[in-house]
Order: sequence, then C-alpha cells, then structure tokens
Amino acid sequence: MADAATIQTGDAPVRSPLPDARGHFGPFGGRFVSETLMAALEELEAAWRRYSSDPEFQAELDSDLAHFVGRPSPLYLCERLTEHAGGARIVFKREDLNHTGAHKVNSTVGQALLARAMGKKRVIAETGAGQHGVASATVAARMGMECVVYMGAEDIRRQAINVFRMKLLGAEVVPVESGSRTLKDALNEAMRDWVTNVDDTFYILGTVAGPHPYPAMVRDFNAVVGREARRQFQEEYGGLPDALVACVGGGSNAIGLFHPFIDDERVAMYGVEAAGRGLSGLDHAASLCAGQVGVLHGSRTYLLDDEAGQIRHTHSVSAGLDYPGVGPEHSWLKDIHRAHYVGITDDEALEAFHLCTRKEGIMPALESAHAVAYGLKLAATMSPDQTVLVNMSGRGDKDIHTVADLEGIEV
Amino acid sequence: MTANRIDRRFGELAAAGRPGLIPYVTAGHPAPDATVQIMHRLVAGGADLLELGVPFSDVMADGPVIQNACQRALDAGMTLDRVFDMVRAFREDDGDTPVILMGYMNPIERRGLDTFVEQARAAGVDGLLIVDCPSDEAGDTRAALAGQQMHQIFLVAPTTTDSRIERMVPLAGGFVYYVSLKGVTGSAALDADALAPAIERLRAHTPLPVAVGFGISTPAQAADVARVADAVVIGSALVKALDGCDSAEAAVAVAGEFAEGMRAALDAVGAASTGQVARA
Repeated sequence: MADAATIQTGDAPVRSPLPDARGHFGPFGGRFVSETLMAALEELEAAWRRYSSDPEFQAELDSDLAHFVGRPSPLYLCERLTEHAGGARIVFKREDLNHTGAHKVNSTVGQALLARAMGKKRVIAETGAGQHGVASATVAARMGMECVVYMGAEDIRRQAINVFRMKLLGAEVVPVESGSRTLKDALNEAMRDWVTNVDDTFYILGTVAGPHPYPAMVRDFNAVVGREARRQFQEEYGGLPDALVACVGGGSNAIGLFHPFIDDERVAMYGVEAAGRGLSGLDHAASLCAGQVGVLHGSRTYLLDDEAGQIRHTHSVSAGLDYPGVGPEHSWLKDIHRAHYVGITDDEALEAFHLCTRKEGIMPALESAHAVAYGLKLAATMSPDQTVLVNMSGRGDKDIHTVADLEGIEV
Repeated sequence: MTANRIDRRFGELAAAGRPGLIPYVTAGHPAPDATVQIMHRLVAGGADLLELGVPFSDVMADGPVIQNACQRALDAGMTLDRVFDMVRAFREDDGDTPVILMGYMNPIERRGLDTFVEQARAAGVDGLLIVDCPSDEAGDTRAALAGQQMHQIFLVAPTTTDSRIERMVPLAGGFVYYVSLKGVTGSAALDADALAPAIERLRAHTPLPVAVGFGISTPAQAADVARVADAVVIGSALVKALDGCDSAEAAVAVAGEFAEGMRAALDAVGAASTGQVARA
C-alpha cells in the first residue's frame, strides 16, 4: 500500500510494502486510539491515498518543495571533519538549509496541501524543539489558515526563539503544563484538540509516530530527503554511501533518509538516539536502545516506561529528541536488524556541536549534533574510500541559548 | 441465568424499567483510602454499575479533569495491584454490583494481557474498557478474555460508521458505550436531540444495552439521556466534585449526594416511560 503513496520519480528502488493495510509494520504500529478518533484517521487516510496518486497534487507539492522550501538541499563533503575523524569521508545532507531551517518543513508543506484539499480551515501541531511548530506555523501563514501549536511548558522555556518565531507567524502557542511538560504531553494535548474539533481541523503531526496513517504519511513526505540524497550521491560520488546516520527522536528525518535505501542491503543505517546522561541510568530518551515494546500515542512501538507501564519522564539536552516513544517503522527496522540504533550522550552531542561549528562553519541543531557525533565515531572505524552520509537535519540557531546556559555564558 | 454481573444487572434494569446509573471514579482519587468507601456510597446512592478508572500517565482520550485525577492517584502511589485490591475489598461487601475497569493499553500490556485478565477476574471485575483499543486492535484482548466471564466494552462515537459498528459487535459484550459528543471526556455538553436517532441506529446493529457517556454533568442532562438510553455514564462531573475534597469522609459524602441527585432525576424518567427501556 505504501507504493500507492510513493511519489514516483523513477530513481527510487522498489519500495518495501509496509505498513500493511491496517498500518502495521510487523508487530508494530497500528491504530491504538479511542473510537472517537477512528473516523478522522480513516478520512485522513483516504485523502492521503487519493492525493498521493494525484498528479496535480504531486506537481503542486514538488513545486512548493522547490520554490518555497528550496529543494533540493545539497550534499556537502566535510573535509575538515573527515580529516579529524581520520577514516571514511563524511558527507552531510543539508536539510538545515531548508526554509525554516530543518527537515520538518518537508512534511508540513505536504500536510498543509492535504489539509487544504480536505477543506480544513484550521491546523494544529505539537512541537518539542519548536522546529515542527515553526514549520507548521509557516505553512499555515502562507495558506491563510488558523494555526494552534501545543508545546510543553518546559520546552517553551528551552526554545524561546522558536516560540517567538511561531507567534510572529501568527500561530497561537499553547503551553502544556501536564505530565513532564515536554513533547509527549504536547502530543496528548494536540490529539485532544483534534478529537474535539475534528470537523474543521487538520492535525499536522510532526513525526513518524502516532496512529496509522501518520507514520507512513509523514515518512512519505520526508522520503524526498533520501530520494534526493541517493540520486545526488550517485551523480556526485558514484555508487551509494556505505552508511547513513541520522538522529532519532520520533524518527522522521531518519526514516526520510533511510527509506529509499532500505532495499540497498549494503548501505548500513544508524539511528542515533539521545543517551542523555547515559544509558545506564534513567536520564535519557533512547527508547530503541533501552526501552521495551508497548503502546503509546496510538501505536505499538518501543518506548520508555516503568515496571507499571507508566510512561517515563525522559531527558535530553535536545528538546526534539526528548520523547519516550519512537516511530513504529524504526521498531520494525531494529527487530529485523536492517537498521542499528545507538546512543549519544548530551556531552558527546555538545562536543560535536562545537566541533562541527568550528571545523565546518555549520552550526548543527543539538538534535543533528547527535548524528554528527556518531558519524565521527563511525567514520573513524572505516576506510578513506568509504563514505558516511550524515543527515544534517536542522540548523542550530535555535539552540544557542541552551548552549550558552550550559556553559554559563550570558547572551 | 447469565453468570456475568453486567448481563444480570441490565436484565434487572430492563425488567424494572429503571434507567441505569454508571458513575466513573478514578481508582485512588482523591485519595487511595477513599475509593472503596466511595464505591459503596455510590451504590447506596443509586448507582447500578461502577466504572473504575485505572490511572495512566498519558490519558490521551480524557480531558483535564480525569487527567488530573490520574496524576493525583499516581502521585499518591496507585498501582495496578492496588486497583485490584480495591475491587477485592469492594467485593467483600457487594457481590452484585458490576465493576468495569476503564484504562489504557500500556499498563495492561506491561502486566501481560492474560495475567491482567486473570487477576482482574479473580478480584471481581466484570468488564474491561480499554480506551485506546478499538475493535480493530482487539484481537489479542478477545483471546485473553475468552472463557473468562469478563466482557470487553467498546466505545461507539457519533462518527463511527455502520461498517465499523458491525465489525465491533461480535467482539463486544455487556453493553455498548455510546460517546455522546465529539471530544474528550468532560468537554462540551451533549446534544440530546441528536441522541435518539444515533441510539436507534446502534440498536439496529446490536441487541446489547446502550449506555451513554461523555458530556453529561447535570441531573437534567442525565434525565434527557435516560429517555433514550439504557444507562447513563457520568465521569468528569463526579471526579471534579471529588477533586475538591480534602478527606475521605468528605469525598464519600460528595459521592453520595452526587449519586442521589442523579438517581432522582433518572427515576423520574423511569416512572414516566414505563416499559420503554424494558426492550428485552
């Protein structure tokens, strides 16, 4: 069924036909939501299937991606980081150069077009780091739609710049005070809004988590990253990269990069989770590395909970990775050993943030800095004729206050 | 003679032409030592079945009132085992009133579905409503419930299509829980006029009794619902009233008054429409 939703560009390999018709990736995924949401999800799925095979819709999406987002984003050879690691070449996919500064806009442009096609006048979104909120507010502004963004109160404190950006774009930012006051609670609140206002409201979900069809739909909108990267790599370097590296919170940038390479068995894939203060304790957000299978936010997936099944508070220096669940397709890729999932601590990510900024003149988002940190480790174990492709999923401007705070610097 | 207390109770209600009253309380709210007393007082005040919420950290389909109640209960140290303890304690003095557990999937799966069902049944639970387990995902729970004399109760929403109702019916037991509005628990007020045709539509698909919940907070609203449904579920309004209580005694008194107010309104309807509810 995913094939029906694939944007056929002629350069992608045969797609893995997951999820199945009921949204399952093996034992993962599905639609674990209250009956009150089922009709909305079925309506969304029908629209998504219809428009993803509609040439007019696809032409408009392609045009928006080119002229509004600024795609294709380039590949960039990191000569000094490569030299620093002393092994494989390190190449970035520059999603940080997209309009609004991250990969999130790939999906919000697509979802907003879908919202308009479905006749919805109001969009809502949840956000952690604020990148998805900004990307949603941006497309809503452009389409003249009302936009409400739910954001954990703790994240609002951590991401003041993005909060202001959303407000400038005309969005209402609603602080969420429940639970751990972070991304998971914002997602709960957005779902509550959606179930209440389902007639006129489109929920622009920010990641590949949630109930079917979100994991597949958000993946397909983000898969432009992997399709481009695959084609660009063949043209510029020849062949395929040896390894892909991307950070994983919910997992949208990672699945976007990975998915068009899934059938390329010799391309290794590494998803980098937030190991926070270390995987041996509880202060991390690494659901694939250290969690177990359960049900959260509408899908069966790896998650972080306590022995009673209560969802745990997580920790990461990066708000965008601070999430106790993960997209169900990642759970599947882990269990079939197609992708490997690893952890990078706060300290390692911060070190990579500085290194990347100083060596390449590219300031990564703290989320993406996790991928850079692992990319450096991995490249060091490989040979100079090999290549590690790292998804530079977002730029780090939003994080300068966090970094300054951590280092005791007044900005 | 049906063995499940839910079936038995709805049979009695139908025979008596009495609209059923199903209050919901979150186990452990406002305090763990109050719950069993609250349950008894609700029954004394006129409740026919009880819905007991299993606290969960991420109650996605519930509004702020029940979310807060769950958080308070968890903060007070509520666990699944203590929920079972409460049902067991309640059963020492009440062997007739059906108890339905309402909760979310993850704590149940963490216990293990089969173990959960066995322990719940042993404690005296009669029905299970897993909010985030629609009929589409209910294959595993159906298997676990088979032969356990415990019903799985499903929600039906205003937006649920006929084909979805048909798929749900073979899995459903006890009664069908009709959600009277679009939204989370405790959000807007229900639309009584839209209710009658909606319930007629449901009855065309299933002989199970129909209970209506979400958005019912006053005796007058409960009475409106009771004119067309077999039972009325009242959750957030009661939980909100209990939330202000600073002692178990106060909570028990509030619960009693609440149930009695609702009961009086329902009885007025029952008396006025003799036989209408007694479809069976």
